[in-house]
Amino acid sequence: MDWRRFAIIALVIAIMFGTVVLVGVSQNSPLVIITSMLATTIAVATPLTLGALSGLFCERSGVVNIGIEGMMLGAAFFGWLAAIYMNTIYHEAAMLSMIVGVIMAILTGGLFALLHAVLSITFKVDQIIGGTVINILAAGITGFLNRQMFFGAGSVFGGQVPHTPGVLPRIHIPLLADIPVVGRIFEQQPIAIAAVALVVISHFVLFHTRWGLRTRAVGEHPRAADTVGINVLFMRYANVIIGGFLAGLGGAYFTLESISSFEPLMTNGRGFIALAAMIFGNWTPFGAWAAALVFGAAQALQINLQFFRELIPPSLAFLQNSYVVGLAPYILTMLILTGLIGKTIPPAADGKPYEK
Amino acid sequence: MQSTDGKGLIKTLKQLLNSLLVPFLAILTAVIVGGLIIKVVGGNPIEAYKGLVQGAFGTSKALSETAVWATPYIFAGLAVAVAFKGGLFNIGAEGQLAFGAVTAALIGYALPGWLHMSLPTYIHIPLAVGCGMLAGALWAAIPGALKAYTGGHEVINTIMMNYIALNITSFLLNGPMRDPNPLNLSARTPEIAASARIPRIFSNPLLRVHWGFILALVVAVIIWWLLWKTTLGFEIRTVGANPDAAKYAGINVKRTIIITMALSGALAGLAGAIEVTALNYRHELGFSMGYGFDAIAIALLGKTNPFGVILAAILFGAMRNGATRMQFLTQIPVDIISVIQALILLFVAADAIIRFVYRIRIRDERVVLTRGWGG
Repeated sequence: MDWRRFAIIALVIAIMFGTVVLVGVSQNSPLVIITSMLATTIAVATPLTLGALSGLFCERSGVVNIGIEGMMLGAAFFGWLAAIYMNTIYHEAAMLSMIVGVIMAILTGGLFALLHAVLSITFKVDQIIGGTVINILAAGITGFLNRQMFFGAGSVFGGQVPHTPGVLPRIHIPLLADIPVVGRIFEQQPIAIAAVALVVISHFVLFHTRWGLRTRAVGEHPRAADTVGINVLFMRYANVIIGGFLAGLGGAYFTLESISSFEPLMTNGRGFIALAAMIFGNWTPFGAWAAALVFGAAQALQINLQFFRELIPPSLAFLQNSYVVGLAPYILTMLILTGLIGKTIPPAADGKPYEK
Repeated sequence: MQSTDGKGLIKTLKQLLNSLLVPFLAILTAVIVGGLIIKVVGGNPIEAYKGLVQGAFGTSKALSETAVWATPYIFAGLAVAVAFKGGLFNIGAEGQLAFGAVTAALIGYALPGWLHMSLPTYIHIPLAVGCGMLAGALWAAIPGALKAYTGGHEVINTIMMNYIALNITSFLLNGPMRDPNPLNLSARTPEIAASARIPRIFSNPLLRVHWGFILALVVAVIIWWLLWKTTLGFEIRTVGANPDAAKYAGINVKRTIIITMALSGALAGLAGAIEVTALNYRHELGFSMGYGFDAIAIALLGKTNPFGVILAAILFGAMRNGATRMQFLTQIPVDIISVIQALILLFVAADAIIRFVYRIRIRDERVVLTRGWGG
């Protein structure tokens, strides 16, 4: 990610925030509007950031992962299910139940990733097919179990969805959160905070550690890496599974931090947008994060414009239609991918199975 | 390979059996694993599968409904298969199908009004279906062109265009194209005119199987002919197998990519148009959901071969159709079908697993599908 791309991103986000502030300023103070938009931006960007980091670890080691969507969906379901089990069947405290839920979600992501690794590294299945298998499998198994567990014959919960233990509480970051006015930005829920921390950690791991150097070597030129004694298959397995853990945490966001229930197919394509964010970020953590924030801002634009729709001037009447504004994130993704904002370069060995 | 003497024929038959063996074992394994899952969650797999088979093939009505289910699957499966042959992964069949359906519905209900005259069926049906195909083709040609000229990967672009299509059709079905009937509460178009409706094959009202099913079989043969007996088909397959070689052989790779996507989109659009003109007589929001991924699974299960696609589509249609009866008899949720379908896809894609489990030592040519982000 070069500075020009970051500048474009900052500009795009500023334009989106500015548009809403201009439209709504007669009804609300700019600070209220910006705070509300920021909340939506962070809420949308959190799973996207984690999904993009997931893709990043896989692809930096040379494995294309379009199964992020399925990994997140599966993790969202099984994390939620674990939390409910702990809370309702074993009568554990809500907080403990949710922590177990998050761990379960992370492990579920890892398990799906292991399947992807076995398919694409050991069996050398076309990696795009492996990802598709995970997406379909996750949609099927969560849809099936969701209905079977709660409404099916012999259901443990007896025909009704039990009370869920709620959502993860906000954490007050000392010092930062005490700053007047802007301090509220630093009062976030744990997965949102973890996502930002993981961006920094991922950058450090990938570009400043031996592990990262080896990972990138395996993704760029596996034969050369093999020659100097790096275990290509092990590095790929490990990174794909790390990616699975990250997608799992992203999945936990949906059912344990955002809302406290599960709906079939609730990830609703976020895994694919995360993939686009990773590509736009040119396979770097900070770039992916910036792209995730753009999508978050686009979503915030849509929701907040809907809120102020009576105030939209007639000259911009098309912005009153929620379907028109709803197109923004997707068209933006396509524009980004077609290279209008600059060319992106994937790792050289991305998508190619390694044959010794 | 194609020799007609006795030895060659036996060899060909042997090859055919071999190529069917792995998909068959994949399906068998998926059914066994699916049965284990049913068992684990407290159901009776034997009863469930009995209900499934009964619901899919038990009566003439069941058979007819299986054909009704299989029809869009054949078209959509062909759409994805054609793209695969050209080295492209079309995840956007769902959006293309939705556009085909919306366009066919529009021509179906509005055209007589625009022209202030009623149309004969032999003009109205082809117009509605043709415009649906065209809409699907144009919608798919966009990611094709983006791939050809900017290298933007079609996987992401077709997915994004699914969401764009969903937004646009939601807008149309809730706004300008919404059924104005005051009793209507859902996002759907008015019913199409009688002149735009494809007739059913039998007069018995219980048997809904329509001529669209026969058309699907004919189109599969046409696609086979197009892919293997025409210059265009040769170009599509060459670009799919090796774009560099295709370029040096003088094939216009960019043009071929766009044509392949347009052809793929036309088939997906046809799936939607036929559902509207032969079965539902209108387009309703949410109808197209899930067809995209089913189509991918069908194309892969059929090994991207048009005749394989027919078999795979009938299998998937039978499963979807029988699942309702299975749920009615055993309370096993219909969603188990998606799990089994994913498992089938898993074992077909990773045929190495099947060969390992069943100790099969055969080698057939690998189907080239996609090549990472770079291709």
